Amino acid sequence: MMTSRLTKILLVVLAGAVGACTTPDAPVDVFDPYEKTNRRIHNFNVGLDRALVRPTSTAYGVVVPRPVRTGVSNFANNIDTPRFVLNDIAQGNIVDAGHNFMRFMINTTLGIGGIFDPATSFGLETRRTGFGETLHVWGAQEGAYIELPVFGPSNERDAIGTVVDFISNPISATINASDEWIPPTANVMDRVGDRYEFADTIDSLFYESEDSYISARIVYIQNRRFELGGQNGVDEFDPFAEFDDDPFAEFDADPFAFDDDPFAEFDEE
Amino acid sequence: MKRRDFMVVSAAAALGLAALPASAQGNAAAQLVTAAVGDIEQAINSGKTGPALYSDFERIFERYGDVGFSAQGVMGRPWRDMSNQQRAQFADSLKVYLSRKYGRRFREFRGAEIVVNDTRSIRRGVEVVTTVKLRGQSPFEVLFRVREVNGQPRFYDLVIEGISLVVTERAEIGAKLDARRGDVNALIADLRTEA
Repeated sequence: MMTSRLTKILLVVLAGAVGACTTPDAPVDVFDPYEKTNRRIHNFNVGLDRALVRPTSTAYGVVVPRPVRTGVSNFANNIDTPRFVLNDIAQGNIVDAGHNFMRFMINTTLGIGGIFDPATSFGLETRRTGFGETLHVWGAQEGAYIELPVFGPSNERDAIGTVVDFISNPISATINASDEWIPPTANVMDRVGDRYEFADTIDSLFYESEDSYISARIVYIQNRRFELGGQNGVDEFDPFAEFDDDPFAEFDADPFAFDDDPFAEFDEE
Repeated sequence: MKRRDFMVVSAAAALGLAALPASAQGNAAAQLVTAAVGDIEQAINSGKTGPALYSDFERIFERYGDVGFSAQGVMGRPWRDMSNQQRAQFADSLKVYLSRKYGRRFREFRGAEIVVNDTRSIRRGVEVVTTVKLRGQSPFEVLFRVREVNGQPRFYDLVIEGISLVVTERAEIGAKLDARRGDVNALIADLRTEA
C-alpha cells in the first residue's frame, strides 16, 4: 500500500520535473518570475530564524559540547547515505555509488551506527547528492528561482528534489515504525547545528545586508551551479562582460594613483 | 641551467607548482596569491581587531588588488554614467567597505591553512586555485582571479565555492543604490561607515 502511494507521488513529481519547469526566454543571470511570492516566503523564513531557529541553535551550540554535535551530524549524514547511493545509481555514477556504499558500511559498523566517521580517514569523504542533482543529470533545467518555506532558497528543479529526498530515504523501509521519528529528528538537529556553526555568515546575510532576499538568491544560485557543474558563477554571469563592447574596458590603471587620473579617458564617452 | 631558469624553477618548487606546466603569467599570479595569503594570515593571526585589522586589509587590497577593476564589475551599468571622480571615490569606498565587512568575518578564519594548488588561464588572466582548511571542517575551494595591470599581477575577484565576491557584491551594492534612489554620492559616503 505504502509503496504504491509512494510510486504515485514519484510519478507525479517526475512528470512535473520534466514537463512543468518554467524555462527562461533568454539566458539571464537570475530567472525569478515569482519574486513577489518568494519575497513573502523569505520574510517568513527570516522571521522564523529570528524567533526560533537562531535562538534554538545558539542554545544548542552553547549547551551541547562540540563532540556530541559532531556525533549528531555524523549520524544524520550516515542515515542519509543510502539515499545518496540510490541517487548515485540513478545518475549512472557507479564510482560514487560504491564510494558511498563503502562509507555507509564502514561508518555503520566501525563508526558505531554512524556516530563516528572513520570512513573519512580512510579517504572515503562525504559525497552528498540528492534527487535535485539526479534531475540535473537527467537533463532537467533548474527552472525559476523559488524560495521554499523552512528549506530556504531553491529552484523549480531542486524543490522537487527536496520533496523526493524527504520521502525517499530507503532507510525508512528497514526500521521499525516506532523508530521512524529518528531520521527526520537527526536531520533537524544537524541543520540547527549548521546554523550555529555558520552563525556569523548567516547573520551577516540575513540581518546586515541591504536586501537579504537578493543576497540569499545570488549566493544560492552561484553555489548550486558550482556544486552541480563544478562550474564557477562568473563564467555564467561575468560581471565584466557588459563592458566588453566598451573601448575603455581594458583600462589597466592603478585606481589609487590619482595623479595621472586613470579615469580621465572615460570623459571622452 | 641558466640562472634565471633556475630561479623560476625554484620559485615554482617553493610554491609546490613544480609539476605544473610552466607559464610565466601563471607563476607570477601564484606568487602574488602566495604573498597576499601570507599577509592575510599574518593580519588574521596578529590578534588585531576592529579598525586596526581593517586597515591591514585595506593595505592588502592596495598592494595586491585591482580594486578599480573590481569596482567596475561591482557597479555594473551605472558605472558608465559616473564621473571620473565618482569612479575613483567609489573604488576607494569599496576598498574600505570590503575590508571592514570581511575583516570582521576573517577573524573566524584564525588558524586557517591556505594552500595554492593550481593555476589555469581564464579570459581575463589567470585563476589561482587554493584550498582552505578550517579547523573541524571539510576543506573548501577558493579561487583568486588575477589580471595584469601595468605588467604586474593584481587580483580582482575572489570565488569561494562558486560564489564570486564581485557578483555577490554587485547584488548588494545594487540594492544599496536602489535604497538611495540611485544617488551614487550618497552610496560612496555611506560605504565608508556601513556594513
